[in-house]
Amino acid sequence: MGILSPTITRYPGTAHGGGPTAPPNGGGGDDHGGNSPNFGDRLRRARLGLAVGLAPIIMLFVSFTSAYIVRQGLPTLDEKTNQYVRDWLPVNMPWILLGINTAILVISSMTMELARRHMIREAALAPVKSIPGVSLGEEKSFPWLALTTAFGLLFLLGQWMAWRELEARGFFIATSPSSSFVYLLTGMHALHLAGGVIALLYANIIALLKKPIETRRVVIDITAWYWHFMALLWIYIFALLNFAR
Amino acid sequence: MATTHTIHEHAAPQGFIRKYVFSLDHKVIGLQYYFLALSAVFVGMFLSLLMRIHLIWPNASLPLIGAIKPETYLALLTMHGTIMVFFVLTTAPQSGFGNYFLPIQIGAPDMAFPVLNMLSFWTTLLAYIVMLAAFFVSGGAPLHGWTGYAPLSALPNAGPGEQLGADLWITSIALFCVASLMGALNFITTVLDLRAKGMTLMRMPLTVWSWFVTAILGLLAFGVLLSAGILLLLDRNVGTSFYVPLVVVNGQMMGHKGGSPLLWQHLFWFFGHPEVYIAILPGMGVASQLLSTFSRKPIFGYRAMVYAIMGIGLLGFMVWGHHMFMSGMSPYSAFAFSLMTMSIGVPSAIKTFNWLGTLWGGKIRLYTPMLFAIGFVSLFVSGGLSGPFLAQPVLDIPLHDTYFVVGHFHLIMGVAAIFGIFGATYYWFPKMFARMMNETLGRWHFVLTFIGTYCIFMPMHYLGMAGQTRRYSQFTEVAYQHHLIPLQTFMTYAAFVTIAAQFIFVFNLFWSMKKGPKASDNPWEATTLEWTTATPPPHDNFGGHTPVVHHGPYEYSVPGAPRDFTMQSDPATAPAH
Repeated sequence: MGILSPTITRYPGTAHGGGPTAPPNGGGGDDHGGNSPNFGDRLRRARLGLAVGLAPIIMLFVSFTSAYIVRQGLPTLDEKTNQYVRDWLPVNMPWILLGINTAILVISSMTMELARRHMIREAALAPVKSIPGVSLGEEKSFPWLALTTAFGLLFLLGQWMAWRELEARGFFIATSPSSSFVYLLTGMHALHLAGGVIALLYANIIALLKKPIETRRVVIDITAWYWHFMALLWIYIFALLNFAR
Repeated sequence: MATTHTIHEHAAPQGFIRKYVFSLDHKVIGLQYYFLALSAVFVGMFLSLLMRIHLIWPNASLPLIGAIKPETYLALLTMHGTIMVFFVLTTAPQSGFGNYFLPIQIGAPDMAFPVLNMLSFWTTLLAYIVMLAAFFVSGGAPLHGWTGYAPLSALPNAGPGEQLGADLWITSIALFCVASLMGALNFITTVLDLRAKGMTLMRMPLTVWSWFVTAILGLLAFGVLLSAGILLLLDRNVGTSFYVPLVVVNGQMMGHKGGSPLLWQHLFWFFGHPEVYIAILPGMGVASQLLSTFSRKPIFGYRAMVYAIMGIGLLGFMVWGHHMFMSGMSPYSAFAFSLMTMSIGVPSAIKTFNWLGTLWGGKIRLYTPMLFAIGFVSLFVSGGLSGPFLAQPVLDIPLHDTYFVVGHFHLIMGVAAIFGIFGATYYWFPKMFARMMNETLGRWHFVLTFIGTYCIFMPMHYLGMAGQTRRYSQFTEVAYQHHLIPLQTFMTYAAFVTIAAQFIFVFNLFWSMKKGPKASDNPWEATTLEWTTATPPPHDNFGGHTPVVHHGPYEYSVPGAPRDFTMQSDPATAPAH
């Protein structure tokens, strides 16, 4: 799950790579507030949790995909002729709009990565900044996070437009098996992506509230990985709908 | 992202609500799960009793309920199966005991994500309430069995319970999936990331191994059930045709066309078979722990046990087709599924023989938990041996829709897993409530339950071979089944006795909480980490320090050691072998 950026090793708790590690032990039940010295542990645990959490999402889409492929090849009984016919009707998809949406999502993935790297830098410099009399000059901080959130919302808007366009072309969710799957796959992806947008909004809010840098760093990190996964998942769905019509 | 909050950020809570209701403490959450399952098991048991009464006295009018109609019987059957499988067999051994003891056994102060843990419990509770609500809506509870086969489950006009009741049923299952996924995520992360120093994977107690592998099974299986449930909800409410082919109900053409009922079965059983192991694996872990502890011997073949757990978990994902031999399947697929299914016999036999090997020559202490562990092995063997019969299409086809299958899965998945839960309850009760349960009542409970369940479920195999079909609400009017009435009557009486015996357990449980003799920190002289800490364990489990592990989990009767058990956290200077 990505590379642990070298800055993180500055924190205690991550120096001992693999093997069983001692759990954070800050005096059992002490309230650490935000100044957890076990930031590296927190980050590793959050990343591990995210990686594990992606497995059921993958399983969800794997089962949709297998249903999609099986249904596509399944002949059905035609009540008029009493014969088995193939009734898989390729959906007239708004490819251009979907292509634009894909581009938006890929770009948002890049801006998310920039936000994540910016955060790593900020976290690394935080101890230096806190030394009295040390100034690092004016940091240019571009609002990558806000931009990613905007792109995410734009993608959802684009998907909504694509569904409206499908309806305008006569493909509703119950129109044909193929259109059911189109709505199912894109809809479930949008739902998961909306979860990512909520995480992004949360990350924005805690940045505005000036929450401790460690907390922000962890939130942005795992939101970023989730976001990249959403982009990959979308590219997969896009390819599936394109190549297995 | 509340989930990123890690352990220790919550200090010991003060108020009642934070301490016992919306608690972040894995121990409280474990107990919440346990008591949810306890309430569910009584609901499920009551439903089964109604079914048993109806089978032998089909025209009896029961107080409050009246006469049971065929559709009511199907609703009872559906709800009994669903509540037992999801809210008892999945909830108590994994979420209940797993939550309470997994972090302690690996030396962690809590689960990796306490907030997620709490959410997981409350989602399960919501699922349970939604499930029970299905009884009280118009049309009542659904009729489609716990397997929810489409198209019956997909058509709201297919029967009285298939309207709102079925929607609630599916919603409840979907919620349960989400809750289980959150739980599984937590279990896996906790095991991988929060083990105490020295707690290598091969020093983990077999209970931890079984919870860990069960969590992996849940993580991969519940996502598939969720997707199946989403498709079913769409078919029912949006008019799609994923599962529903061209069907005519009561002379009326439904709007659906071209769906595949087999698709539901594939998705459902891809979840459903691993679910069997989700129910039984924690019981296997508990049985291993108990047999070793009360035989005063190391578990026979620890590594083989670990690999057998993994093997069962892996093979569990490759055998779902054996539930579908009757559904029309290419003989080649059936052959492959049959072969894979029978190969599960190998790791199962490894486990069984290792359990027997553990008992062999041990200084056996027959306390109640041990009785239930031995009972587990007995039931596992009795229920398991009919597995290879059903794994073969040529035998499964005549037996599939008979009581043979009911007997098989009740013995192995139902009662064996329940024995695991009982064993775990009697074993860990002193740690959880700082008091001992009553031994005499425990033994009575064991004897009555053990004999009672065999009397209920063993005859089902004969009924099946005599050709009695399952799921039918009435058989007393059927001429060729007349001679089976006495046996069915016997089973109903056995059910009465067995259910009555469970009240001994409940009395013992609640009475001992208040009045039982005080328990020491390690009453069973066991070795794993939960017995090193105070009773009941403090909020952070080990009272401010983190245990360091120097020993394997089952070092009993080590030659040269000062006592007959070496605890995992004992200093390494004590002889390790």
